[in-house]
Amino acid sequence: MSARAETLPATGLRLPRLGLPSLDALGAWTLALIWIAPLVFAAWAAFHSPRDALAFDITAPWTLDNFAAAWVAAPWLRYFFNTMMLVTTILAGQLVLCTLAGYAFARFAFPGREVLFYLVLLQLFILPEVLIVENYVIVSRLGLFDTILGIGAPYMASAFGIFLLRQAFKQVPKELEEAARVEGCGWLGVLWRVYIPAAKPVYLAYALVSVATHWNNFLWPLVVTNSTTTRPLTVGLSLFAAPESGVNIAVISAATLMSIAPLLVAFLIFQRQFLQAFLRAGIR
Amino acid sequence: MSDTDSLDRRRMALYGWMLLAPALILLTTFAFLPTVTTVWQSLFSRGTARRPAEFIGAENYQYLFDDPVFWQVATNNLIYAGVTIPVSIVIALGMALWANGHLPGRGFIRAAYFTPTMLPMIAAANLWLFFYTPSIGLIDRIAGLFGIGATNWLGQPETALWAIIIVTIWKEAGFFMIFYLAALQTIPPDLREAAVIEGASRWTYTRRIVLPLLMPTTLFVMINAMINSVKLIDHLFILTKGGPNNASKLLLYWIWETAFSYFDRPTAAALTVMVLAVLGLVAVFQFRGLEKRIHYR
Repeated sequence: MSARAETLPATGLRLPRLGLPSLDALGAWTLALIWIAPLVFAAWAAFHSPRDALAFDITAPWTLDNFAAAWVAAPWLRYFFNTMMLVTTILAGQLVLCTLAGYAFARFAFPGREVLFYLVLLQLFILPEVLIVENYVIVSRLGLFDTILGIGAPYMASAFGIFLLRQAFKQVPKELEEAARVEGCGWLGVLWRVYIPAAKPVYLAYALVSVATHWNNFLWPLVVTNSTTTRPLTVGLSLFAAPESGVNIAVISAATLMSIAPLLVAFLIFQRQFLQAFLRAGIR
Repeated sequence: MSDTDSLDRRRMALYGWMLLAPALILLTTFAFLPTVTTVWQSLFSRGTARRPAEFIGAENYQYLFDDPVFWQVATNNLIYAGVTIPVSIVIALGMALWANGHLPGRGFIRAAYFTPTMLPMIAAANLWLFFYTPSIGLIDRIAGLFGIGATNWLGQPETALWAIIIVTIWKEAGFFMIFYLAALQTIPPDLREAAVIEGASRWTYTRRIVLPLLMPTTLFVMINAMINSVKLIDHLFILTKGGPNNASKLLLYWIWETAFSYFDRPTAAALTVMVLAVLGLVAVFQFRGLEKRIHYR
């Protein structure tokens, strides 16, 4: 009995003897510490004077001066607000568009559906990032240059979202739909009453992935913004931290920490949900 | 009877198209149309105020092929892809095997591996600046302990690209781990029991049973990694700006630079077409895999 229990835990066919850490534990912990080191180190540096930070004086006194210096040097609050607006706009657009399109692909038969579906999937590879040159022209022509909508529009018809929701809707038993129809629901009623509630976990997963992606997105926002009133955090941070700006590294660390804090704190609190979300969104 | 049937079918088709319309309009505007205009644009000369752009066929491409910088950037990107793809996959696999086990502090280990994924690349680059700064950066401090002199990791052509590669691996390995973790959890425990009873070593079990079962995941992760090797270039803006002397320049960064620093849209368009062609190949590769899976079902 006990021998069997000892050999079964998931990693390592054998449990290490108590006391000594196994080679696995050692490796896993070493890698974890290496992986987290850049963040821990920057966090440490952000709370110390630039000179102490660069001298690696572990005993140096803690200070908030870097945060104060970073805070007054750029309109962070505005950048935060812009990023919040941006991720909300994109998510709202994606939820509506992908729901409708996913529903169409999952439950409506029409000529050309397969071809269209492949065309949509193609967008997984024609990345908006690669098309910056022409999208810049298109967004400008539409009068959307330097607007939140201009940053968000290319991402709204997300092939990834359409695909995920199509899969989710396909798994809903047809009987549920028929029952709703007997009760007098129309096409949109069925979508609203049956399909959307059934796909709730997929929506949650997709929303988390979308927010995390666009909170962090940089290249396209850099291209289509040129004023403080629209720039998201990442672009603001890059301007702040550019070598030409001559800001010292402890202050840059403070600014970096400030800008990643909301997402990072959210991640640490809802770690399980985030990991689940990425998992669910990733498995096709 | 068949009349109402065909009416029904037509109504279905109409609803289907109506539901798809908003997404299709946006996809056309921001994906399909720009793809076409990029190709078109790449066939024209760079217009100036006095001389409007004119059709020059493949001249932009010829110009690029004659430009040693193009070959250097393409080579850089190949090295970037060739190193980041396999290394992040192997690390991700190791991470997943460890994070799936019952090691002490598993929660911390998972969080530590995954955290870089949650950071913007720009922020990641800022964190790594600390490590790379010559003589005062952490790496040089450690090297100093061993009597190795200061190295300008980001400022010399031999190391700049590698410094970029390390940040990319650090950023994406934890992301790929997630997919392996998911796949590992679907492997039935009886397989392990059977292996134990048969007296298989852990290495044999991993190599003969786990790895083959993870193949579809590896394929999926590989495609993501290929796309990332084109897409992940944000850290160049902070760390090297493609320098020194183009030593760490990657294609997408060069496209940005050509279009928005040198305002040479046609050349940027020609470059974009080439990148799109590569991504298209990846897409074909992926769709074939998809089709196979569909047929198996």
